[in-house]
Amino acid sequence: MSDIKINITDREGVTHQVDAPTDMNMNLMEVVRAYELAPEGTVGICGGMAMCASCQCYVNSAHELPEKSDDEDAMLAEAFYVEDNSRLGCQIHMTQDLDGLEVVLAPES
Amino acid sequence: MITTDILIIGAGPTGLFAVFEAGLLQLKCHLIDALPQAGGQCSEIYPKKPIYDIQGFPEVLAGNLVSNLMEQIKPFQPGFTLGERAETIKKLADGTFVVTTNKGTEHSAPIVAIAGGLGSFEPRKPLLKNLSDFEDKGVAYIIKDPEVYRGQKVVIAGGGDSALDWSIFLADVASEVTLVHRRNEFRGALDSVEKVQQLKNQGKINLITPAEVTGLSGGDTLESITIKKAGDTPEGIQLKVDSFIPLFGLSPKLGPIADWGLEIEKNAIKVDNTLDYQTNIPGIYAIGDVNTYPGKLKLILCGFHEATLMCQSAYQRIFPDKKYVMKYTTVGGVTGFDGSKKEAPKAVVKKIE
Repeated sequence: MSDIKINITDREGVTHQVDAPTDMNMNLMEVVRAYELAPEGTVGICGGMAMCASCQCYVNSAHELPEKSDDEDAMLAEAFYVEDNSRLGCQIHMTQDLDGLEVVLAPES
Repeated sequence: MITTDILIIGAGPTGLFAVFEAGLLQLKCHLIDALPQAGGQCSEIYPKKPIYDIQGFPEVLAGNLVSNLMEQIKPFQPGFTLGERAETIKKLADGTFVVTTNKGTEHSAPIVAIAGGLGSFEPRKPLLKNLSDFEDKGVAYIIKDPEVYRGQKVVIAGGGDSALDWSIFLADVASEVTLVHRRNEFRGALDSVEKVQQLKNQGKINLITPAEVTGLSGGDTLESITIKKAGDTPEGIQLKVDSFIPLFGLSPKLGPIADWGLEIEKNAIKVDNTLDYQTNIPGIYAIGDVNTYPGKLKLILCGFHEATLMCQSAYQRIFPDKKYVMKYTTVGGVTGFDGSKKEAPKAVVKKIE
């Protein structure tokens, strides 16, 4: 188990390469919060229950991601600024396979 | 003017529990909340989700935690101003505060405890460029009085419980109800989904899916909307409407509290965590998720602790000359303002012969 590198572009358009641990049961939303890449209270509002879409992001690399759960799918159906590559950060768990992942945070809504 | 001892802003778990701790000190509380019901996020976002880290509850549904708290504080007869957002605060010469809501309701108290969580819940608005032009002129995000829609042509957008429930309700009130959703699937209580299916089959609800409202037009008031169905021509369908109600859930915003002169850091209110969770304005406290201090954790269990210490400090502020020692409920029991009394049963002392 080791850290992986993730490239996260924040809402201001700045890209950050951060180390994400794979052994802490962390998800992408939590990585964003841990590195404070979006102001507190604007990301992960529901805490990671796929119930608010504040952690929506666009996945730009070709990594194979776990399929969307019904909850995530339904939440994205009600969110704004949704694109084909939209995912909820809280539903993407940090695993070795995601090394080099590239994501852009969706606008706040 | 509503007067009380501690005015609590936010009726989530932390605010509710503060009523109990205040009650033990014979202090009365009144709560203001922007939502129409108590419970904050627990009621609004995740009532059916379990929580596993409330002391003494191996598992409790968020909604049940709220009803338990309501039961626990009942003897202390808290007042509620629900569905109104605390807007302004004024400190009077005698040191008391007057808090006024967006609807003009005034509250006066010597102590204000902000238990506002992530802020007040505001409706999430769809991205339509002239949407704000028609607000209250055909566009509404919250249904306050369904009678307004009697005989109207109404379009509801959204795919959750509120979109389903209001479509069902308005099917009997409005002359025409159209429900627009981006998917064919809805997420809501099973019987709501089935009921909408039934009403659709009976022709009482016009269902357009997968589709999106893409434009609004009208003069002084909303007259028609454009609905684009997936795979359709870009022009979409024009539909004459009287009202458009987008129901895409609520998201919390710190809102007017941010302008009260309180020290704000990371969208939260800085407090003194070495003592009593008081803010930079003496007499105003911030407890629960709305505050921040070194090592802060946004947990309900931490909010309960903060509420308890806040009440002790509030008591001393209100009665600076009174001597007081904290009493265990097991020893002192709980005496409600309603005359009720709960106490530990007396031990039986009886000789065995």
